[in-house]
Amino acid sequence: MSELLAKLANCIEFGKINKAAPYPPQLKGEDGADEITQQALETGIKAQQILTDGLMVGMEKVGVKFRENKVFVPQVLMSAKAMSTAMIHLKPYFLSGEVKQKGTFIIGTVEGDLHDIGKNLVSMMVEGNGWKVVDLGTDVKAEQFVAAIKENENAVVGLSALLTTTMVNMEKITKAVKEAVPGAKVAVGGAPVTDDFRKRIGADAYSADPQGLVEYLNATL
Amino acid sequence: MGKIIDQIKAGKILVSDGAWGTFLQQKGMKPGECPEEWNITHPDEVLDIAKSYIGAGADMIETNSFGGTIFKVEKYGLADKVFELNKAAAEISRKAAGDKFVLGSVGPTGKILMMGDVTEEELYEAFKEQVKGLEAGGVDAIMIETMTDLDEAHLAIQAAKENTNCEVFCTMTFEKTVQGEFRSMMGVSPGEMVNTLIDAGADLIGANCGNGIADMIGIVEEIRSINSEIPILVHANAGMPVYKDGETVFPETPDEMAGLVSKIIAAGANIIGGCCGTTPDHICRVREEVDKI
Repeated sequence: MSELLAKLANCIEFGKINKAAPYPPQLKGEDGADEITQQALETGIKAQQILTDGLMVGMEKVGVKFRENKVFVPQVLMSAKAMSTAMIHLKPYFLSGEVKQKGTFIIGTVEGDLHDIGKNLVSMMVEGNGWKVVDLGTDVKAEQFVAAIKENENAVVGLSALLTTTMVNMEKITKAVKEAVPGAKVAVGGAPVTDDFRKRIGADAYSADPQGLVEYLNATL
Repeated sequence: MGKIIDQIKAGKILVSDGAWGTFLQQKGMKPGECPEEWNITHPDEVLDIAKSYIGAGADMIETNSFGGTIFKVEKYGLADKVFELNKAAAEISRKAAGDKFVLGSVGPTGKILMMGDVTEEELYEAFKEQVKGLEAGGVDAIMIETMTDLDEAHLAIQAAKENTNCEVFCTMTFEKTVQGEFRSMMGVSPGEMVNTLIDAGADLIGANCGNGIADMIGIVEEIRSINSEIPILVHANAGMPVYKDGETVFPETPDEMAGLVSKIIAAGANIIGGCCGTTPDHICRVREEVDKI
């Protein structure tokens, strides 16, 4: 049983989607996340355990390697693809409530900014760590963030920006969110964002990489 | 070989221009507006920017067309205006440039091939449409820039080579890893970039954005260690952004940038210009330093 989950974690870490997938070369012809997740369910492993001891383990490994610049965006994207392929099999257990998510994370690229690669990466990593992600998309205005957190007051809000000219909108949005839901936590990130900037605008967390955000989110539990 | 490359082969060091995006903002463009639409709606403001870099002594200026593929402009409801917006961008810079050169800016699409966001054919067609507009407006070269993915860069170069008579340049954006190496967002090192871009048909390669001029020196050295012949262009940021008094500023002064010009030429750069945060003052000082050599 644990061997199956270790194999699954390996598939996630290296982005092996299914048996037919040619990537990564060292796992060519072997079962991928798709097949192994099915096998795990068939052998009676609980969906929750597949998520926690298989998928999340693999995602954490790739998250740490990404932070250490040992892998880059393509590898993380392949891991996320493998993860989402596995998740299709687990979906019914999420819907039935058998698998519990850790909490809700609301994310969006801020007003005026249409870049979504970083936001999507973060979204996939957080989801892969067992959180429910509400993705508001790009060019998201303060009102939209406020509406989303009002629907789920315990959620943590994440703001993304790629441009120096749009990151300044994070201040306005952070204020609006905290006004609407006192005590709400706001995390910020994106290429030009720094921890110094985070402090100045009154946000709660900054991470230079998705894994740091995952660690912050888990620490809020 | 084209006109710009001929000058480089003849041993000249050339000066390119500085930032456009931040400049447009100073002229009143709001976040959320389409920069390329300004070529039609605010041509005089765009012309001012182009002229200011010619006035600063640049040998070449870019065009206001960085986000000019359909994948970017469609987000503003301008999908049917690609040719027109790019042609207008080129005409404005052409008007400002006089006998100087015009580089038609082509940025990344924001689509990731390996995720299946888009097909190779769709990317090729998008770049083709843009570069034809730029050529129609009178650019001398196509400046494919800020690339992070080799496959996308390759397709852009190919589209420019096969559909225009312009010289084709390509730069990628690198950042320093925690190990102190340079890699693009997609993991490409400057060294790895060299042969792929040249094989695709690039007449000149280099780096833009992501770094101040100090780190650009290391990138140029890495490129030169692989290929001693290929012309190299650098568009450096004015340092790395810092947040001050409610706005983001790039801290490197024109003098600081100018102070490293001789070093980056020694490393092997042939064209020097600026990216984010650089101004006509920066370019003016770079010009002075280049002229001393």
